[in-house]
Amino acid sequence: MDRVSFSVERGEVFAFLGPNGAGKTTTVRMLTGVLSPTSGTASIMGYDIRRQPLQSRAAIAVVPEESNVYMDLSVRRNVLLMAELYGVPRGRRISETDALLQRLGLADRAGQRAAALSKGLRQRLVLAAALVTGPEVLFLDEPTSGLDVHSARLIRDIVTALQRQGITVFLTTHNMEEAGELSSRIAIIRQGRLVAIDTPRRLRSAIRSSQFVEVGLGDGASGEDLSGLDGVTGLERSGELWHLLTADPGATASAVVKWADGRGLELTHICTRKPSLEEVFLHLTGEGGDR
Amino acid sequence: MTDKARRAAGWRRQAHGAIVVLKKNALLYYLKPPVLIFGVLFPVFFYIAFRMGRPVPSEVVVPGMVAMALWFTASAVGPLVTPWERVAKTYERLISTPLGVPAILAGDVLSGFLFGIAISALPVALGLLLSEAAVASWPLLAGGAVLSALCFSSMGVLLAAPPVRGPSNIMLLSNLVRLPLIFVSGVFVPLLEMPPWVRWVAPVSPLTYGAAVIRSAFGQTTWLSPGLSLAVLVVYSGVLFALACMFHRMGRSRGL
Repeated sequence: MDRVSFSVERGEVFAFLGPNGAGKTTTVRMLTGVLSPTSGTASIMGYDIRRQPLQSRAAIAVVPEESNVYMDLSVRRNVLLMAELYGVPRGRRISETDALLQRLGLADRAGQRAAALSKGLRQRLVLAAALVTGPEVLFLDEPTSGLDVHSARLIRDIVTALQRQGITVFLTTHNMEEAGELSSRIAIIRQGRLVAIDTPRRLRSAIRSSQFVEVGLGDGASGEDLSGLDGVTGLERSGELWHLLTADPGATASAVVKWADGRGLELTHICTRKPSLEEVFLHLTGEGGDR
Repeated sequence: MTDKARRAAGWRRQAHGAIVVLKKNALLYYLKPPVLIFGVLFPVFFYIAFRMGRPVPSEVVVPGMVAMALWFTASAVGPLVTPWERVAKTYERLISTPLGVPAILAGDVLSGFLFGIAISALPVALGLLLSEAAVASWPLLAGGAVLSALCFSSMGVLLAAPPVRGPSNIMLLSNLVRLPLIFVSGVFVPLLEMPPWVRWVAPVSPLTYGAAVIRSAFGQTTWLSPGLSLAVLVVYSGVLFALACMFHRMGRSRGL
């Protein structure tokens, strides 16, 4: 990691994106106490992770990509064990465990060994074992990777609910749609360095070269002349539609309307488009070509 | 809350965590085949191999058998837990909880300790029921058994500290250490009757001190005084535990 610096607000869902080997998991491993940082500082809920590691770890829970439940213990015992490790009082431990198993669709499997669960159910169990500790910050590392649709949906719903409860969620994922849907801010890391950090909307607007106006013309009229409009930096054809690359989609859209009026052409379709988060990601991590 | 009260609460939380780790280990590892093979079957086989066809008086055999049972049983759990959990990724989960390395390892030491005490009660009972052996000092036997189990269990936890992938490597290492030490620790034959070079090597082995205390508890004359042996067991336990903590911390700083 190289001078990575960021802060996450309380109650925020913060997505941490980057290509494989960029340093996402290393960052999470350092913040969660698995790996000791060689230099630098970080604090969680006001506790320095190097000087007050026990206090900072008391505030967090981790859901890793690979489930790490105790395979030989029952589903219920796994959750109770984590609660006990965090010192959750007995009465609350039992009621919270039962409520979480119910909420995550594991109640009827409470007595089964964790080894007997499918990947999706096991990931729900990891989430239950994390939530039962009452974390203020939840680290989710690729929480829905390789899961069935129902389990992935359930986990996303729970993340949304956690945000409403004021719990901070630190999410690392490769799933851009998921990051855009769940997070209030996104950080993108590349080769151990932070290359962008902003809201999904602003990130999409920031890549000005990838914004475009999509235009459809009636009667198969040619749009070749559109490239001559002010502000248009490139023209691409996509089936029946024309993509006008521009740094100012609003002004270009107005210019297109005037251009079509002047020529008596029918506009069958016109809209401004911003790049998808995936395009932003590829652009910032240097893995996407220039448009 | 004052600083003193905060510190006391912190200690209580860590002690509670160690007990939870002990509970988890008991549920998960006491009945695992490597623990049963290296912790229970090994001492039985050694006993049979030593005893068969030899006219050894039972009062010599029983204390040695008790010491050997403690040695194998107490040090059987430690080498299994951490390597097993590293493979299952549950080790990462454990170290991201608000438990310090000492609390986690104290839980592991306690797991081996209890396993050792429980299983070793059997040869004591059988020895007293079926042989001429008699206990001369019960407090010494109890103190010797408790400190030996603590020391041997700490050694087992230290043996598991190297960050290798796979429990089999650690089991191999632990047997490489445990087996040769049996022969230089006065378990089968009292040290006073062994060649001088063995008496030079014997002080290295923690088992020497455990065997000496237990022999004294059964009324036998030993090379080392029981008081000194008990003191060395305490020091050994502390040093082995501290080394285990140090190796775990070093492994964490390297991300292992």
